[in-house]
Amino acid sequence: MLSFIVRRLGFMVLTLILASLLIFAATQILPGDVATMVLGRFATEQALDNFRGEMGLNRSLVVQYGDWLFSFVQGDWGESLSTRADVRDLVLERLRNSAMLALVAFVMYVPLGIVLGVVAAIRRNSWVDHVISVGSLAFIGLPEFVTGLLLIAVFALRLDWFPSSSAIPPDAAFFDRHTLERLVLPALTISLVSLAYIARMTRSSTVEVLGMDYVRTAYLKGLSRSRVIGRHVLRNALLPTVTVVAIGIGWLIGGLIVTESLFGFPGIGRLLLFGIQRRDLPLIQATTMVIVVIFTMANLLADILYGYLNPRIRFR
Amino acid sequence: MATTTETTTGRGSRNVLEIEGLSVAYRTEEGDIFPVRDVSLTIGKGESFGLVGESGSGKSTLAMGAIRYLPANGRVTAGRVLLSGRDLLSLSGKEMRSVWGSRVAVVYQSPGNALNPSIRTGNQIAEVARIHLGMSKQEAHQRMLEMLEKVKMPDPESVARRYPHQLSGGMLQRCVVAQAMVTNPELLILDEPTTALDVTTQAVVLDLVAELKQEFDSAILYITHDLGVVARVCDRVGVMYAGEFMEQGAIRHLFKRPLHPYTLNLLGCVPHFSLGPRRKTLNTIPGFIPRLDELPEGCIFAPRCSLAEPECRVAQPPLVRAGEDHLTACRRWPVVPTPAEHMDTITADLMQARGEAENRLLEARDVKKYYPVPAQGPFRKDKRKVKSVDGMTIWIDEGRTLGLVGESGSGKTTMARTIIGLVEPTEGTISLRGEVLGPTTRSRTRDVLRRIQMVFQNPDASLNPRQTVGQSIGRPLALFGTPRGEIPGRVLELLEAVHLSPSYYRRLPSELSGGEKQRVAIARAFAAEPDLILCDEPIASLDVSVQGSLMNLLTTLQAEKGTSYLFISHDLSAVQHLSDWVCVAYLGCAMEWGDAGDVLNPPYHPYTEALLSAIPIPDPDVIQKNIRLEGSVPSAVDIPPGCRFHTRCPRFIGDICVEEEPPWREGEGDHWIYCHHTFETLVEMQKETLRLADHDHGSPGVEVQV
Ligand SMILES: Nc1ncnc2c1ncn2[C@@H]1O[C@H](COP(=O)(O)OP(=O)(O)OP(=O)(O)O)[C@@H](O)[C@H]1O
Ligand code: SF4
Ligand code: SF4
Ligand SMILES: [Mg+2]
Repeated sequence: MLSFIVRRLGFMVLTLILASLLIFAATQILPGDVATMVLGRFATEQALDNFRGEMGLNRSLVVQYGDWLFSFVQGDWGESLSTRADVRDLVLERLRNSAMLALVAFVMYVPLGIVLGVVAAIRRNSWVDHVISVGSLAFIGLPEFVTGLLLIAVFALRLDWFPSSSAIPPDAAFFDRHTLERLVLPALTISLVSLAYIARMTRSSTVEVLGMDYVRTAYLKGLSRSRVIGRHVLRNALLPTVTVVAIGIGWLIGGLIVTESLFGFPGIGRLLLFGIQRRDLPLIQATTMVIVVIFTMANLLADILYGYLNPRIRFR
Repeated sequence: MATTTETTTGRGSRNVLEIEGLSVAYRTEEGDIFPVRDVSLTIGKGESFGLVGESGSGKSTLAMGAIRYLPANGRVTAGRVLLSGRDLLSLSGKEMRSVWGSRVAVVYQSPGNALNPSIRTGNQIAEVARIHLGMSKQEAHQRMLEMLEKVKMPDPESVARRYPHQLSGGMLQRCVVAQAMVTNPELLILDEPTTALDVTTQAVVLDLVAELKQEFDSAILYITHDLGVVARVCDRVGVMYAGEFMEQGAIRHLFKRPLHPYTLNLLGCVPHFSLGPRRKTLNTIPGFIPRLDELPEGCIFAPRCSLAEPECRVAQPPLVRAGEDHLTACRRWPVVPTPAEHMDTITADLMQARGEAENRLLEARDVKKYYPVPAQGPFRKDKRKVKSVDGMTIWIDEGRTLGLVGESGSGKTTMARTIIGLVEPTEGTISLRGEVLGPTTRSRTRDVLRRIQMVFQNPDASLNPRQTVGQSIGRPLALFGTPRGEIPGRVLELLEAVHLSPSYYRRLPSELSGGEKQRVAIARAFAAEPDLILCDEPIASLDVSVQGSLMNLLTTLQAEKGTSYLFISHDLSAVQHLSDWVCVAYLGCAMEWGDAGDVLNPPYHPYTEALLSAIPIPDPDVIQKNIRLEGSVPSAVDIPPGCRFHTRCPRFIGDICVEEEPPWREGEGDHWIYCHHTFETLVEMQKETLRLADHDHGSPGVEVQV
């Protein structure tokens, strides 16, 4: 198990290095000149040159990359070009907010998705199954901004249960009512797609496992239905779900960008969008790197969990 | 349905299971079908009842219906099932749960799937003890270890800690049996428990079942399509056909003097060591099992029965007593011929016309095929090799058949794939009529490709599901230059040669049965007019009657066209039936080879001897040696030094077998054995073992065999 984790960690470092290269390259080919963007179109050549020198933009790309990566690892993420604030403080603060939002979404959709999937599988071909299957198909097809707008229309404007805007102050305290009730709608919005995927995946893997000989064996051992499901079915059926949950974290981040803008929520997604609009290179680089780190960690976690649940991988 | 719980206790107290007039229905889109109709049987304490019949005859449905574990669309429509006098059909779901696993236990075909892959085997076995015997964790653990010891599991402690995928097929099946026996159930149902195993492993599991029967006194319902297996482990047997019993009785009566034409026919389909000279035709049963929604009137076997007369089609004949413990559903049972008479009418010697023509067709010399061991991850390279074929030499004469036998993992398929050029040999040469062939299909001329064809075990994998039968057979014809206009005619000829009517021309593989698909595959192989056909377990997955007709087909086609075969199988009786020469392989290397008559007669190589002794023979009077190979074939990565068979050899001599490679000893005629023993010592030892087996058997007037 340990060597398994070490191997996966090695992979993760490789992935991160590769990703940092890509991010760096991508920010280099963004159209437009950084100095002009920052100082404005009417800045003198002299001022532009000074700015470039100050920011180290005249050096060779390789040196710039090395320098950037080195400082990034050390925790020095630079200064935002557009706001002149410390990028690290900015990113971490917004990250905290997004994490909170993601967490709320996560605790809503993961258990719910699994339960719906298992129920649909056990009652397959009944009306319960049909409702769950059709419902999840519908949500997979809808993009976040549509579900978001729908939710706003129904729960905020019509029923007035929740506020339609989630524009809380960036440093808001979380566990109070004011904040939490502003989290519900965006969290729901990013949940629905993942919820639907998890429910579908869980349903199909549970149906498959229910047909296995060892489930028959378990019933014929005289085990009660709940014990057969709980002990013999779920463990095997949830294996593929674990992977979907991890991949879902990727969607979650994608969903964050759209959802956060829609609800005006001060999270990392909105920060990234802000950075891109301003050509704020240090900000873009830091935000994307943080997203990549989270993404790979989620995958690592999924791998370890998968290995733990599936002895065939663990003992390879 | 009269449901009287407990009232019958005491009356049939010696009968553990009594099934009376059971009928089962499945709901399908076209309406209800009845795969089991008005069936009765009883099994006594300590008795084992064999349920035989071809695929789809309703064996599993009968067993599962009796213990009320049918698929969602199935239901029992009539009858009574008494388990030790208690009516199972009247129990509630909860009561039924306390019967399952404690008073009735079930073991299935594939051991690999019967255990949960993510729970340690020990815990799965202990689970039964905890639920039904109310044991604490420690007690259940103790009980589990006891059970593993009872099933002769080597090193139970460590096996209990492992996961199913870390155990071999034989070990898994023992775990499953151990799990079944935890509560000492009254009734044990075994549904094809050895079908997925090698003969050698099967023999060990069958011994185990026989021992458990003695020790536990459970009633056993043993479901199988293999008549040999029944003869080995059962006391009584019932032959099912399309949902009804054709015949029931003690195995001795039934095998010696079958009183139903269907049983007689089934027995005739199986190649038998005592059939005498090789190359006789086997019995086949014309036609097919009727569909359940269009069952014939009267006797359901009538359309396929050679004794049928008009009265047979009027009313369904009941099961009648035809002797002590012998029931038959044939109204003409007094005139059913004896097996000997039956043989005389069906066997024709196909090989009379064969001359002495002895031209060497194929020669494969010192063939080796090593594969790299799959890497264990990106940073770990494994330099070792999987030695699938490790120096094998074989040759095949024109118009003759070489049988290649061995357990799975002996390199048989790799050898065939090397010959046809699908894999490139690591070393060695293949030559056809003296001409050395290129190592892969790409380096061979079209003509060479045409001359060697292959028939695979699984016809589904080799027939394109979207091509009709006509297209499948026509393709090689077009490829090897038959003019377009002549193709349909040739295809029809080929269909006729494999006994398929022209109506099959437009069918898709999904509309064919397993046997029919294999016929199409054979027709396609013959389309190229090859010199040699490599048959890789072509009949392994089929019903006995279909196996019989395919074997007949192969023999007739050979007699007509003079094609040579390499016939690969793990079934020694099929091999001896079809082959002129036999090669016995173990771990990628030949152990014994020569003329079939010599190889399959004493003296044998110790490995051949063990294989022969493992085959269950459908004749309860045949005495077989009790030689069993423990464990499974070692990994082809770490081949044991010296004689590679020494880790399992029952005739192991000592250090010499571990340290030195044995010599090839040549016997009289064409016969070679790879062993440190001389022919003389082998003969001596093998006679002695047979004498002991005979002694143990202890019944007078038996034919001594094998
Ligand atoms: N769930 C089902 N629904 C409809 N028909 C079924 C179902 N299960 C089995 N059958 C049909 O019932 C008949 C009996 O099947 P069953 O599995 O009992 O045969 P079997 O003798 O056990 O065959 P095998 O040797 O292949 O296991 C077959 O015609 C089969 O196609
Ligand atoms: S009853 Fe008639 S048709 Fe049926 S098996 Fe006997 S002879 Fe054949
Ligand atoms: S050489 Fe030794 S180990 Fe090998 S088969 Fe002969 S007796 Fe057995
Ligand atoms: Mg079956």
